[in-house]
Amino acid sequence: MKILIKNGFVVDPSQKLEKKLDLLIENGKIIKLLSKINRSKGAKVIDAKNCVVCPGLIDIHTHLREPGHEEEETIATGTRAAAAGGITTVFCMPNTHPVIDNQTTVEFILLKAKKEGVVNVFPVGSITKGILGEELSEIGELKKAGVVGVTDDGEPVMNSKIMRRALEYSKMFNLPVISHCEDKNLSKDGVINEGLISTLLGLRGIPSQSEDIMVIRDIILSSLAGGKLHITHISTKKSVEYIRRAKKEGVNVTCDTAPHYFVLTENYIKGKKLEHVYDTNAKMKPPLRTQEDVDAIIEGLKDGTIDCIASDHAPHTLEEKSKEFDLAPFGIIGLETLLPLSVTFLYKKNKMSLLKLISKFTTNPSKIFNLKCGCLKEGFVADVTIFNPEEEFLVKKFVSKSCNSPFLGWKLKGKIKYTICNGKIVYST
Amino acid sequence: MTNKILFTKKHLLGLEDFTREEIKLILDTAKPFKNLFTRSIKKVPTLRGRSVVLLFYEASTRTRTSFELAAKRLSADTINIAVNVSSVKKGESLIDTAKTLESMKSDFIVIRHSYSGSPHILAKNVSSSIINAGDGFHEHPSQGLLDIYTVNEKKGRVAGLKVVIVGDILHSRVARSNLWGLTKLGAKVILCGPPTLIPKDVQKVSPSNIDIEYNLDKAIKDADVVNILRVQFERQMEHLFPSIREYSLLYGMNKERLSRAKNDVLILHPGPMNRGLEITSEVADSLNSVINEQVTNGIAVRMAILYLLSSVKE
Repeated sequence: MKILIKNGFVVDPSQKLEKKLDLLIENGKIIKLLSKINRSKGAKVIDAKNCVVCPGLIDIHTHLREPGHEEEETIATGTRAAAAGGITTVFCMPNTHPVIDNQTTVEFILLKAKKEGVVNVFPVGSITKGILGEELSEIGELKKAGVVGVTDDGEPVMNSKIMRRALEYSKMFNLPVISHCEDKNLSKDGVINEGLISTLLGLRGIPSQSEDIMVIRDIILSSLAGGKLHITHISTKKSVEYIRRAKKEGVNVTCDTAPHYFVLTENYIKGKKLEHVYDTNAKMKPPLRTQEDVDAIIEGLKDGTIDCIASDHAPHTLEEKSKEFDLAPFGIIGLETLLPLSVTFLYKKNKMSLLKLISKFTTNPSKIFNLKCGCLKEGFVADVTIFNPEEEFLVKKFVSKSCNSPFLGWKLKGKIKYTICNGKIVYST
Repeated sequence: MTNKILFTKKHLLGLEDFTREEIKLILDTAKPFKNLFTRSIKKVPTLRGRSVVLLFYEASTRTRTSFELAAKRLSADTINIAVNVSSVKKGESLIDTAKTLESMKSDFIVIRHSYSGSPHILAKNVSSSIINAGDGFHEHPSQGLLDIYTVNEKKGRVAGLKVVIVGDILHSRVARSNLWGLTKLGAKVILCGPPTLIPKDVQKVSPSNIDIEYNLDKAIKDADVVNILRVQFERQMEHLFPSIREYSLLYGMNKERLSRAKNDVLILHPGPMNRGLEITSEVADSLNSVINEQVTNGIAVRMAILYLLSSVKE
């Protein structure tokens, strides 16, 4: 299949490219990137006028739920949701049932993704068997099977010795250890950020310190053990400060955040509208924090302390999310709003250039996780996203099997027009 | 007529949502209802033909009885639904219960639930007026109102009074409703308890009207009102205080402490009491105690609540 993308504004951070170029794709590869490609025989022509053409986005934090919770999401539906969000590569988290702590489960996911998926699926293995925090998983076997990193996401590795060993052991495979930073003793039973809002709503609080303390612990462990530490979904001002300092001191640490941590604050749950008060679609871990934290997260994204933006797509059924706030599960979906929220709240609000913004989903994750995607260089795999940063649209339904999003009904900019994965159009409006 | 202009709320979810004027209106409306109680026939036909569902997910004697009596004295029909808390997790979800009740077209649903925000789930899904009879540790607005009614009745005012709330503020819905109501009416509130039981940033609710004092003896000095909260034994397990014994020593209201307070200090307790722990019998049964009057006033206040909420619907 041949695709010719014309008149688009190409933004590729890997080549520091920001100009009007035409792009020719053939046999799954990028063949030509030139200021003008008139015609190519048999090619499907896409007119990308007014649109940005960028490398297909990489979402390093997704829960596809398969195997185990197919009522929430499957590889088939999750990858289609990703495609609808302009994402061509997703990392799926290991807290499935069974847990991705063995070769068989990795192979099952890769096979399913090949058969039923529409975008690239890269499994992430668990740090410990069963995500119980007790015994290391067979990380070497997992690597051989194809994982791109290890994490116990959803759960922290509370035992510092095990975290140390994980960082040390994974070094020989050059596998990043992705850390979900939460001191479980401090966050115990908490459901929202601890502060005035939790006090007023009578909900148990999760202090920001439960994150901060583990961020600093992991940084300290990383200087003891070495290894590649990647801290995921950071939400607090102090996390940003500690990571910024660690990076300056030369610690091998990277991190990501999710759009809700720079778009929403805990005030949402207190909402002026009745439907927002105790809205379980604003219940996630880490919880929504304060404006001060939001400002610090944006600052961290601007100065490069925060390397990536990930969705932390966490689908849950309507039944589960309709429960009382304390009983509803943590998490919101995010694949389809990842780019639009980032465009609307970072680029359109003049917080950063498109080049920098796109690097958070392309070159940066590609570098951290040693991927062969995330660029538009000739000869590379043709993962391409085309979106219109100026076009406003209403978020009214989702491709995902679940709809637990606080952004339903929002007007956002950055409409996805086409998603091309391995040279095939996997989504178009 | 003036009532209808002033009162526009459909639900009573928490006193946080109510203005000073609305709170005053409820208190004023309760007065004539209380006067009814001295008559031999205590019933008025005001809410004849209306139905009130009492949906209690938590054990409650006084609140449920009080609402039931209030509804009956207004001639409304009452239906009791007592749900075992343990069945919440495995049984019908609250939202399904809400939809069932919606189909039954009840005018009011009075809900008590152990999770904060449960009345809001009903309010979002049901067209009935929702009255929060206590949710988790969020609010217990009718209790707050009856406490304030009692204080106002005894002291002739609320503004300018010094009110101490003692105990587990962190897990108390009674404390939160009192805090909103009292500060809106201009009282000075002193929250007293160990730092582990004082919720974060609570002073921000009304910085100039709220003080925090860990020492009960200091707190009750010059106090006009002391509202004593029930100790919840299970909190000891959460390392919030070392022992019931120590709690009782530090925060138990006894005769000796009472003797050092103002002569006319009012002692309130939302009940049920742990006599000998947070309050001694001597104090509970003293002349300063208005604990039994709180119960009587509770009915009048709840009649006022039902009456005002129903007037909005017309």
